[in-house]
Amino acid sequence: MSAKQFSNPVVRWIDHRLPVFSFLDHELHEYPTPKNLNYFWNFGSLAGITLVIMIVTGIVLAMSYTPHVDHAFDSVERIMRDVNHGWLLRYIHMNGASFFFIVVYIHIFRGLYYGSYKAPRELLWMLGVVILLLMMATAFMGYVLPWGQMSFWGATVITNLFSAIPLVGDSIVTLLWGGFSVDNPTLNRFFALHYLMPFLIAGVVILHIIALHRFGSNNPIGIDASGPQDTVPFHPYYTIKDFFGLSVFLSLFAAAVFFFPNFMGHPDNYIPADPMQTPAHIVPEWYFLPFYAILRAVPDKLGGVLAMFGAIAVLFVLPWLDRSPVRSARFRPAFKIFFWLFAIDCVVLGYLGGQPAEGIYVVLSRVATVWYFLHFLVFLPLLSVFETPRPLPQSISSPVLGGGAALAGAAANAAKEKV
Amino acid sequence: MAKTLSKSSAGKSPADKNAPENPGRRDFIVVASYAMGAVGAAAFAWPVINQMNPAADTLALASIEVDVSKISEGQSITIKWRGKPVFIRHRTAAEIAAADEVDLAGLRDPETDEGRVARPEFLVVLGVCTHLGCVPLGQKVGEVRGEYDGWFCPCHGSHYDSSGRIRKGPAPTNLEVPPYEFTSDAVIRIG
Repeated sequence: MSAKQFSNPVVRWIDHRLPVFSFLDHELHEYPTPKNLNYFWNFGSLAGITLVIMIVTGIVLAMSYTPHVDHAFDSVERIMRDVNHGWLLRYIHMNGASFFFIVVYIHIFRGLYYGSYKAPRELLWMLGVVILLLMMATAFMGYVLPWGQMSFWGATVITNLFSAIPLVGDSIVTLLWGGFSVDNPTLNRFFALHYLMPFLIAGVVILHIIALHRFGSNNPIGIDASGPQDTVPFHPYYTIKDFFGLSVFLSLFAAAVFFFPNFMGHPDNYIPADPMQTPAHIVPEWYFLPFYAILRAVPDKLGGVLAMFGAIAVLFVLPWLDRSPVRSARFRPAFKIFFWLFAIDCVVLGYLGGQPAEGIYVVLSRVATVWYFLHFLVFLPLLSVFETPRPLPQSISSPVLGGGAALAGAAANAAKEKV
Repeated sequence: MAKTLSKSSAGKSPADKNAPENPGRRDFIVVASYAMGAVGAAAFAWPVINQMNPAADTLALASIEVDVSKISEGQSITIKWRGKPVFIRHRTAAEIAAADEVDLAGLRDPETDEGRVARPEFLVVLGVCTHLGCVPLGQKVGEVRGEYDGWFCPCHGSHYDSSGRIRKGPAPTNLEVPPYEFTSDAVIRIG
């Protein structure tokens, strides 16, 4: 890390002993970033900020929440009615979970489209999948805490997934419950873990960023920056772009919080949990629906559970399934078609996960599930072999400035001389 | 900001040709953006902090009504108000007289007995020692009442008289009189 001379003497004194300012300058200011990033590259920072919003609102909600089966539901209602701004904090936290998944899913599909998972960013991608898994566990346990009907029955169904494991399944479920059914011990430990896991996520996010800054961001063209003429300093170019995106994002977020706070929730969760009565139609939160559809598509208990976890596990090995050396879908005509088919397939799975498990919905779920796995296990490996990619530009600058890299370099030099 | 902007981008990219003609206008935008950001951050910080203040249901319990007609002369009761004990003593004529006769000049925290009661027969004070918050003894029959026939704090030895005034020991002020009023002959509302 280059020692930077700061003009403020106090900053200089501190930085000489504790180089935090040099670090920040290096990673957030001069950090060279491809100059052709589009708005899909906003979603990483949006996800980070959403995590902070969730942690802040979560900590203050915990100040008024009671993790006990007799008091949890009432304490949440008290937050809504009596605690100062409690309604606001809870609606931010509740909708924040949905917006977190919206942002992260867009972030993931950005990575899928532009091949951001390919060498040398495989670990960056895998850490992202770890974050996704942690987020799912955190969101699931958070949904249990209000102790409404959907909380209780969601907890019952999801924990029972583990009973599909041969031999030790039932013992694992008993261990998760701390009893013979979802009850007070379950609620207590879910609260403890729900409080813990966001900090684990924050830790993995730090690793994710370290891995990102090793080689820098991928870009819409998917070729490496060939020199300083292909990059701009992160600040102010991308800080301002990220802030603009953030203000648009926060406007939408605020619109949901203030005008449609329960749009993405389920009304049954405003009924207190009743262990003697399952709601007629039980569905998870929208962000789990594609995986829920895969679970129900398989007519076998263990098979369904394996397929559901496999749908995420397959992401871990994605960098080795897609062997094409070309990253961006812009230069992969066939991959581009399959990418969009896959995106549609995920939306269809999400729709089917919200429908009753009967009739045509089951058939369609099976087709969509098969397509999901075919995409990763068959189409991507075959495409890597049979697809002919379009010619790549010589540098990031060349498609903009015209001509080859030499010309782009000359243009940059000319600009330099003008100054 | 505007200066660093043009400095940091100098010679690094073709963005230089967009360098501002009038840096003052860009400075204004930057300062306005920071100001809006600060307003937004403050608007978010306020609910996050204010949620720690007493909630509506807590405030709803902030005043209580007590029927004092059942307290016979010489008897004391302790009731809970805002999570703290309140002493209500139906004082005897002798206790009232004793409290009245005290020479204010000799008191650490001079207050007349009249100024501390709505009606002389009922003394209403917070049962919280003004030293470090313990609950003084003297409410129950047989408890130590201290050297001045009032209350005695066992924690650090403060003596209060029959008007709840500090007479001896480390406490700095008299037992606090909560805001209260008689809503009828028999009922007082505290808070």
